[in-house]
Amino acid sequence: MTEPAVPVLEVRELTKLFGQVVAAHDLDVTIVGEEVVSIIGANGAGKTTFVNMITGYARPTSGAIRFRGQNLVGLGPRAITRLGVCRSFQVPQVFSTMTVLENLLIAHGLAHSDRGSVLDALVTPDRLDACDALLHTYQIDAYRDRPAAIVPQGVRKLVDIAMATVREAALLFLDEPTSGISSEEKFAIMDIVMSALTQRKTTVVFIEHDIDIVKRYGTRVLAFHEGRILADGAPVDVLTDPRVRAHVTGRVGRA
Amino acid sequence: MVGKPDRTVVGLAIAFVVFVSAGFFLPSWAVSLVIVSLARGLVALGLLVQFRAGLVSFGQALFFGVGGYAVGLASVKLRVTDVVLLLLVGAAAATVLGAALGFLMRRYREIFFAMLSLAFSMLFYGLLVKTETLGSTDGFNIATPTLFGSRFSAPITRTLLHALTVTVAAGTAAGVHWYLGTTLGRLATALRDNEVRVEYLGYSAARAIHGQYILGAALAGGAGALTAMAVGHIDPSMAYWTTSGELVFVTILSGTGSVFAPFLGSLVFGLIQTFALQYASQIWQMLLGAALLLIILFFPGGLWSSFERRRVQA
Repeated sequence: MTEPAVPVLEVRELTKLFGQVVAAHDLDVTIVGEEVVSIIGANGAGKTTFVNMITGYARPTSGAIRFRGQNLVGLGPRAITRLGVCRSFQVPQVFSTMTVLENLLIAHGLAHSDRGSVLDALVTPDRLDACDALLHTYQIDAYRDRPAAIVPQGVRKLVDIAMATVREAALLFLDEPTSGISSEEKFAIMDIVMSALTQRKTTVVFIEHDIDIVKRYGTRVLAFHEGRILADGAPVDVLTDPRVRAHVTGRVGRA
Repeated sequence: MVGKPDRTVVGLAIAFVVFVSAGFFLPSWAVSLVIVSLARGLVALGLLVQFRAGLVSFGQALFFGVGGYAVGLASVKLRVTDVVLLLLVGAAAATVLGAALGFLMRRYREIFFAMLSLAFSMLFYGLLVKTETLGSTDGFNIATPTLFGSRFSAPITRTLLHALTVTVAAGTAAGVHWYLGTTLGRLATALRDNEVRVEYLGYSAARAIHGQYILGAALAGGAGALTAMAVGHIDPSMAYWTTSGELVFVTILSGTGSVFAPFLGSLVFGLIQTFALQYASQIWQMLLGAALLLIILFFPGGLWSSFERRRVQA
């Protein structure tokens, strides 16, 4: 296994224009191995646009995106998900009238849909066990049989993340996993998510505003500002970079 | 869960035996009522699946009519008379059309889905009305169907058609019941809730909706074929928008809680219609409207929910 490492993610000269607005300008990012990358930046800096382009939600104006050497530009969310790039959302995308368990069962059923098994029963003893284990890992067992619409926001966030991880993605994007959650709960939630993910060989990229979270969980930080990457490196270096302090963390601190 | 017989399947088996037996005892008007009602229930069963996905086809009469006219054409032009073959012809014609139209339908949701399906059905209606060779607004008669090459007397044919309809209804209900328990079947609710998540779980929402649309078309086509054979006559009103409305009406009346619901709802609808027409022919539509109003007020989940509520209390 000593072949030259193909990067998990390779982004080259990625640009996105919304009319006259430059949401992403010549972005270059290479993620080689199992890293935990956090993306920081003020609102409108282009963080979500970056994630949306990679996960097929928005099409780049120009540039290249390669996942394990394979081109992703032009593919839709479904195709990209099937390749092993999954994501959660800032606003949790769950099936609100279905119970938390049913949400996971659907995710589980579709994760193995490549071979026509969507015509297997949704509920089988194996799948129930797998989903119950997942509920346990994410510590949301107590909400198992409640409709997703009426569980607390933090739980809904975890359901969204858990659904994104069912497919055992190689690359997982978490868009603001702790937004809308009280600051006391943020660390608890991140602990649950990160411990669930480090048991797997998943590269995690998360967007985060809370610098303490970034310091604690990130092995690498990408600082965005006005559609460009201001700094890219270890948290200590990036967070002490004067430009980052001027344009990114300073604003977050004041917010 | 394993080993325990499925209550719905047991219920369907019992209903099958009861209904087939009843065909030998009931007066002929009642047998005809059951055939037509169960056929309409088949269409509503297809609509039930779409309802669960949050979609209302307001043009299901298109496939109902296509099923009927396919039987008529096969019978008159190709001299096909076998009852089972005619049923398959009706269902197949609607399935093919549904598969084709589905490529367009799968791109629309909500009111746009409803209106586009209505538009297609009205195009077909217009075509039928303008086509003199198909009898225009009068339609045409269909010869008495045969079974295994034999032609029977009218009462026996009616009993045979009744048995066939009950078999198709029970078999299809069992099939749809199985389908609703699969990942794909349960996906209907997920699609109504959040298509973005479905796509980000790696499955095509449009493809799932297309599949449901074809299923609905096949059931409506089969139902149209059965109705055409039972009535012995087809005309463009089979594809008219009021027929579509009636089918949506029955689906709401029934509720989407179980595969039994559409058949129960359709039988109730057929009974109200028959008696209201007989005893209050001037105001029968008003009575139907009042019935639906009461159902929506007291059983927002449809007639079937009255059973479920009782079961929860018990």
